[in-house]
Amino acid sequence: MMEEILNFNRREFFRSSAILTTGLLVPFYSFGGKKFETAPDPSTLAPNSYLRIGTDGHVKVLLSRCELGQGIWTALPMLIAEELDADWRRVSAEHAPAAIEYYHTMYDTQRTGGSTSVVSEFDRYRKAGATARYLLVQAAAARYKTDMASCRTENGVVLVGGRKIAYGDLVQDAAKLTPPTDVPLKDPSAWKLIGKSTKRLDTPDKCNGKAIFGLDVRQPDALVAAVARNLIEGSKVKSYDREKALAIPGVKEVVPIPQGVAVLADNFWTARRGRDALNVQWDLGEYASLSSEGIWADYRSRADKGGIVAVEAGDVDKTLASAAKVVSVEYYQPFIAHAPMEPLNATVRLGSSKCEVWTGTQTQTDDQNAAAEITGLPKEQVFIHTVFLGGSFGRRNITRSDFVREAVEVAKASGKTVKTVWTREDDIQGGRYRPAFLHRFKVGLDKEGRPIAWKQVSVGQSVMTGGPFEKVAVINGVDQYSIEGMQQAVHVKALENKKIEVNTTVLPIGIDNWRAVGLSHTIFAMESLSDEMAHAAGKDPLDYRLMLYRDEPRLAGVLSLVKEKSGWGKTMPKGRGLGVAAFKGMGSFAALVADVTVNGKELKVHKFTCVVDCGIAVNPDGILAQVESSVGHGLSATLYSEVTLKDGKVLQHNFYDYKSLRIEEMPEVEIHIVPSREKPGGIGEAAVGQVMPAVTNAIYAATGKRIRSLPVYSNL
Amino acid sequence: MITLKVNGVSYGVDVPDEMPILWVLRDVLGLTGTKFGCAAAQCGACMVHLDGDGIRSCVTPVARAADREIVTIEGLNDAIGRSVQAAWEEVDVPQCGYCQSGQIMAATILLRENPAPTDDDINHAMSGNICRCGTYKRIRAAIHLAAKT
Repeated sequence: MMEEILNFNRREFFRSSAILTTGLLVPFYSFGGKKFETAPDPSTLAPNSYLRIGTDGHVKVLLSRCELGQGIWTALPMLIAEELDADWRRVSAEHAPAAIEYYHTMYDTQRTGGSTSVVSEFDRYRKAGATARYLLVQAAAARYKTDMASCRTENGVVLVGGRKIAYGDLVQDAAKLTPPTDVPLKDPSAWKLIGKSTKRLDTPDKCNGKAIFGLDVRQPDALVAAVARNLIEGSKVKSYDREKALAIPGVKEVVPIPQGVAVLADNFWTARRGRDALNVQWDLGEYASLSSEGIWADYRSRADKGGIVAVEAGDVDKTLASAAKVVSVEYYQPFIAHAPMEPLNATVRLGSSKCEVWTGTQTQTDDQNAAAEITGLPKEQVFIHTVFLGGSFGRRNITRSDFVREAVEVAKASGKTVKTVWTREDDIQGGRYRPAFLHRFKVGLDKEGRPIAWKQVSVGQSVMTGGPFEKVAVINGVDQYSIEGMQQAVHVKALENKKIEVNTTVLPIGIDNWRAVGLSHTIFAMESLSDEMAHAAGKDPLDYRLMLYRDEPRLAGVLSLVKEKSGWGKTMPKGRGLGVAAFKGMGSFAALVADVTVNGKELKVHKFTCVVDCGIAVNPDGILAQVESSVGHGLSATLYSEVTLKDGKVLQHNFYDYKSLRIEEMPEVEIHIVPSREKPGGIGEAAVGQVMPAVTNAIYAATGKRIRSLPVYSNL
Repeated sequence: MITLKVNGVSYGVDVPDEMPILWVLRDVLGLTGTKFGCAAAQCGACMVHLDGDGIRSCVTPVARAADREIVTIEGLNDAIGRSVQAAWEEVDVPQCGYCQSGQIMAATILLRENPAPTDDDINHAMSGNICRCGTYKRIRAAIHLAAKT
């Protein structure tokens, strides 16, 4: 989808880039002769911004993307190590600072998101490694007075004649050479590391307590702050009891900020007690009676009225009238919170000439801009120190840097170095949710059950409006992410009679990216609908999809394989059923089959069989991990996740009422990766949206009960 | 002043009796391997061992640990704990990794009490530890692996 959106307005979107015949992006940033904004250690070989080789032979890879669990700490170093012929045991990674040379090759900002990290860095990081290798070989050839062609490299050494020269011994010579502007890359047949399952470089420190997450950042001069804020945008503080908070031993300061009121203390426990003592009263204005019921009633009435036409062709009403069958359905999906394990936090030290921020973030440039705007400092004087993210699922990829912005405000208002920490309740009730959506369809089928007319109204908030991608993502008033992947679906694209309308709602509830963004709700609608169309046509739901998606060969490919691997079609005991869902997204294709048993109000998900085609699989075990995670995290959302409102307040608080999947509910997961030489696609978000309809389609197969509203446990 | 023994080292801490152990470890002693996830005994990210028992340090007042022995992930160095960590590395369990200190502390208690746990035993012992990344399949595999070593 992003690719297709990008095509709309390429010139505006890219700083400067070109499309290779492979379709991969070539970055603007040249490798030769660039003056680095982040000065390398002079004793290392630093041919570009992405790696450093020490005289000890150690290769340090600087990551333009952040590690939030998706495995980029390992996959990006693999790309460099492959072309460098590095000794993998002597490769390490660290987060790069915020600087222009680490800007995303597709977005004009330093950002991790859209499952694009490997996709967008596949060329740049390989070239970075190849450039360093070239210099080391050049240095070796010069030292032994031979030509470069007679040198080979492997495992961190240059082989010249019978000699083996360690990279570290060549670093000082190589550092004096001018990096080439372009270097050839290996033929894929020569790859030793790419395509080989490789252990994560961050695992040991994540098993011994040494890994530093944002919450673990300790600055000796920092106080800890808890902030009273309100979900409802535009709400105002009416009153609070400053003295009561200050009376708690250990509370140092109480400061108002635009977001609410901050209490600063020696430690978080005290700060939180201080905040509780504030007893802040809020004026919610016109939203004091906002409720989920009211929101849904409004959404239904908007669906009746229609919206802005996103796509229209032929005469959909006339074709519907002549259809052999009409499938008329609507699907509801609630607001959902991300609930990453690590509550949000940021540490800020603000001086007269610079501002330092330590946090787990996906949006370094936006954070710099936010801090610059608040402090009046130039953006270049805002230093973002990225640390491990204790999960995100999109919560740390936020349009307006909400938690960093708030921490900078607290530092500014208090004049103190400060670490702001959110509670779990703050997280569940703090917004930036996946927006609630209603998708209503009328699909006409011909006598063979094939769709001939498609009428759709989608109602919900726009994720991209007001954000950095608005210009490319919101087209003629329609946020393409509200209907992500829908009009592009092969069976919709081909239709001659169709009308898709989008009614964009405006609510004072902050919404933002949630893992898979639009696909987190559109796949549930699309793949529930395909199932319902199949049943209306009297066809097997998987075979029906093979017919429907036949002109999308890679999608049909994953479907065919999942049919074989899942034992599709076998006789199931009473109450047990298989459900399938397949969709294309993030440049990849995934088909999932869920195997469930339903007993009254109880559901057991036995197994997921997953087939993914994500092009070149850089680290296959990392891909398996992401698909396992898609099932585990996606199943939480499918079964439990729902944020509801009454009287302008969120009714959920913590993991006891915003439930998460637990180990006994984790199904068996069997995964097959389709071997491919296609360019890499994303994988962190490519198999999440399919989990929800695979489960509800399986429930239908087991019981005949069709679930059209999520989460399952509120609707079973 | 409360005297605590953490990972074999004695500390005197001047904090209120009711302050949870979690915040004493993290914000007073600077031992940040133990994680804050919910502050409501829901997620297990804060699990430490108190005299060998697994406890939720986010809801356990520090006074309860006075003159007793706390072991955190930083000090987990008995044979079973090490075998659990090694299995976690072998299976490459962590993704974001934030919950894994608590998962490892819980798995260590399980294997001390039950050297050959079944899947049901694992479910029972590990149900209190949430992993939002959904690494449960690998947690299970790593526990079985550690049991064999």
